[in-house]
Amino acid sequence: MSTTTLPPGQKQRPVSAPPRQVSDRSRSERRLAWMLAGPAFVVMLAVTAYPILQAVYESLFSYRLTDPTNREFIGLDNYWVVLTDPLWWQAIGVTVFITVVTVAVELVLGFALALVMAKALRGLRPILRAAILIPYAVITVVSAFAWAFAFDLTTGFVNNWFAWLPGISADTDWFGGTWSSLLVICLAEIWKTTPFISLLLLAGLAQVPEVLQEAAKVDGATWWQRMTRVTIPNMKAAIMVALLFRTLDAFRVFDSIFVMTGGANGTESVSFLAYRQTIARLEIGLGSAVSVLLFLAVVLIAFGFIKGFKVDLSQARGDK
Amino acid sequence: MPSEADGRSRATTRAGRTPARSSRRHLAGGAAALLLASGLAACGGGGSDVPVLNWYTNPDSGGQAEIAARCTDAADGQYRIATSVLPRESSAQREQLIRRLAANDSSIDIMSLDPPYIPEFAEAGFLAPVPEDVAERVTEDTVESAIEGSTWDGELVAVPFWANTQLLWYRESVVEAAGLDMSEPVTWEQLVEVSQEQDVRMGAQGIRAEALTVWLNALIESAGGSIIQENAEDPADIELGLATDAAVRAAEIMHTVAESGQVSPAFSTTGEGENAVAFESEDAGFMVNWPFVWPQALAGVEAGTLDPSVPEDYGWTIYPRVDENEPAAPPYGGINLGIGAFSEYPEFAYEAAECIVSDENQAYYFITNGNPASSTTVYDDPEVLELFPMAPAIRESLEMAAPRPQTPYYNEVSVGIQRTYHPVTSVEPGATGEVAAALINAVLRGEQLL
Repeated sequence: MSTTTLPPGQKQRPVSAPPRQVSDRSRSERRLAWMLAGPAFVVMLAVTAYPILQAVYESLFSYRLTDPTNREFIGLDNYWVVLTDPLWWQAIGVTVFITVVTVAVELVLGFALALVMAKALRGLRPILRAAILIPYAVITVVSAFAWAFAFDLTTGFVNNWFAWLPGISADTDWFGGTWSSLLVICLAEIWKTTPFISLLLLAGLAQVPEVLQEAAKVDGATWWQRMTRVTIPNMKAAIMVALLFRTLDAFRVFDSIFVMTGGANGTESVSFLAYRQTIARLEIGLGSAVSVLLFLAVVLIAFGFIKGFKVDLSQARGDK
Repeated sequence: MPSEADGRSRATTRAGRTPARSSRRHLAGGAAALLLASGLAACGGGGSDVPVLNWYTNPDSGGQAEIAARCTDAADGQYRIATSVLPRESSAQREQLIRRLAANDSSIDIMSLDPPYIPEFAEAGFLAPVPEDVAERVTEDTVESAIEGSTWDGELVAVPFWANTQLLWYRESVVEAAGLDMSEPVTWEQLVEVSQEQDVRMGAQGIRAEALTVWLNALIESAGGSIIQENAEDPADIELGLATDAAVRAAEIMHTVAESGQVSPAFSTTGEGENAVAFESEDAGFMVNWPFVWPQALAGVEAGTLDPSVPEDYGWTIYPRVDENEPAAPPYGGINLGIGAFSEYPEFAYEAAECIVSDENQAYYFITNGNPASSTTVYDDPEVLELFPMAPAIRESLEMAAPRPQTPYYNEVSVGIQRTYHPVTSVEPGATGEVAAALINAVLRGEQLL
C-alpha cells in the first residue's frame, strides 16, 4: 500500500466547519431559555442537591437531635453499623421482594390495561382511562388504610368474602405473619400504581407504527406473533422507562408498611428503617447514613437500567 | 364587583397589548393579593396585644378545647389560650413536638405530654422550670403516680393533669358462673383458668405498639422488678432488668395468656381499642384496659348499637396480680402539662396550666371525656361517682400504679421491647428478655439499628 504525502509547508490545515455565526436571534433565545429554566434549576438544586449533601455530611457524625452538644465526628462508623446489622439486610430483602413482585405484576396487568384502553371504542376511551386512573389519584396513605381495613379481622370483609378459598377462614389474621402481611402490602401497591405503568405503556403502544401491524397481518401473522414480533420490540423503550420509574418508586416503599404493620413481623423496608432512625429515634447521623445508602441504591438501579438495558429516556417522549 | 383597574386592564388587552404582558401583570397582581391575604391571615386572630398561649393537645372529645376557653375567660384578658391538636399516637405527638423544640420554637407554650416521654423533654432542656410555689400547689392532693410521672431527676418538671390506669374488666355473668370471688385479688393464672373453663375471651394488648410495653412493664413491676434498674440517664451504662426473675415471670405470664387459646385470633394486632370492642361481644370474659371502655359502652347504648344489658354486665376491679401474695402494680398513663422552654410567656403559661388542672376542670374532663383526674378530691365529686361508679377503683389503682421506665431514651427501650416481645406467642421466658436487653444496650451504645 502506498501513500502520498504532501511536501512540508504544503500541508493543508484540517478542514473544519466555518465558525458558526450565532445569530442575535438564537443568542436571545438561549438567554430566554436560561431565564425560563434557571429558576427551576436553582429550585431543584435547593430542594434536591442541598438535602442530599446535607445528609451525606450529617451521616459522618454521631448526632442526636435532643443532644446537640455531644455531636461528634465519627467518619464512616455509621455506615459500618448499618452495613453490619442483619436488620439492614433483612430490610433490603423485604424491599427487593416488594419491588420485584409488585413491578412484575404491575407490568403484566398494566400492559393488559393499556391494550384494553388502546382498543376500546372511541366513545368509551375517556371514561375507561378515567376509571383506570382513579386508584393512582388516591393518596397512598388513604389507599393503605382502605386495604388495611378491608383485611382487618374485625372491620374487614375479605375473610367473609373469601372464606371458601383454602387457607382463608373467618379467623385469618392477615397482619399476624410476615408473608400474609407482605401479600396485602403488595396488593395495595399493585392496585394503586398499575394505572401509572399502564398509562406509560399506552403511550408506548401509540408509538408502534400502524403500517407494521398491517404488514404483519398481510403476511398472515397471528395475534401472538404480532404482539411478540412487532408490538413489544417496538415499544421496548417505553417498557423500560415504565419499569425504571416504577422500580425506583417501589424501592422507596414506606406508606403501606407504616399504616398496615408499623414494621411488625419483619416487614420493615429500607425507607422505614431510615424513618425510624431519623424521625423516631432522632439519631440524625445514623438515619442520614441509612438515607444515603438508600439514595445510592436508587442511583444504582437507575444507572443499571440506563446503562445495562440501554434505556433512552428521551425515546419515551417520542423524541427522535 | 369588578374594580375600575380590572376594567381598564381588560380594555387595554382588547386594544392590542400583548397577552403575555397582560398575563404577567395578572400574575403579579395575583401574587400581591396572595401576599397581602397571607399577611392579613398572619395578623388575624391577634387584633389586640393580648398574648396568645398555644396549647398543643392530644386528640380527645373536645374537653381540652373547652377547658382552654374556660381558662381564657378566667384570665380576664391577660392572655388567650389557643389549642392545636397533635396526632393520635403518643409517639407521633412526641416526634412532632420534639423536632419543633429542637429548633427552639417559641410558639409552643403548653404541651399535653404522655408521661413516659417527659424525661426526654426535660433532659434536653425543652421544659421551662416549674416555679417552686406552682410545684407545691399542683402536687397537693394529687395521686402519687401522677407526681412520679411528672418528675425527672428529683424535680417536678411538668404539671400533673389527668391520670390514667388500667383496670381488670370482667363480665359479672362469667365470674358468677365460675364462682370467682372478685372482691378478692385475682391472679393472671386464675383468669386464664376461668376463661378456659367458661370458654370466654380474654383481652390483653398483644399488638406491636406502646400498649405491649405497658403490659410488660405492669407485669414486671407487679413481680417486683423494673425494666430499668440503674443508670437510666446514661445510654452506654443503662442497666436493664429484662433478664431478672421478675422479668422471666412476666414473660411466662405473657406466653401463658397468648397461648391460652382464649385470646383473639388477631392477638398480635390487638390494641386497647380492638379489645374494648371485643369486650362488648357475647363471648367476652375478662380484659385489662383503660377506663375509656365504660363511656364507650354507654355511648353505644345511647346510639342504639349496643344492648343496655351489656354494660350492666360489666364488672371492674384492680389489675390482676402476678403472684398471689404480692399486690399488683397497674399501668399508669394519662397526660401531664409541660411548658415550652422557649415560650415567650412562661409565667402566663404556668398560670394557665394551674387553671387547666384545677379540680373543677379535672372533674369536668372526667365527666365529659372519661379521662380520670390526677387530683384525689375529684373522686369525691358526686357527679363523678354517679357517672363513673368505678371511680374509687381507679383512684385506688392510681395509688398502686407504677410508671413505665423513666429515661430520656424511653423510645429506644420501648421500641426494642416491642421488637423482641412481639409476637407474644413467640416469647420464650428467659431467652426473650436477654435478647431484648442485648438489643436495647447495643442500640443505645450506637452499635445497632432499631
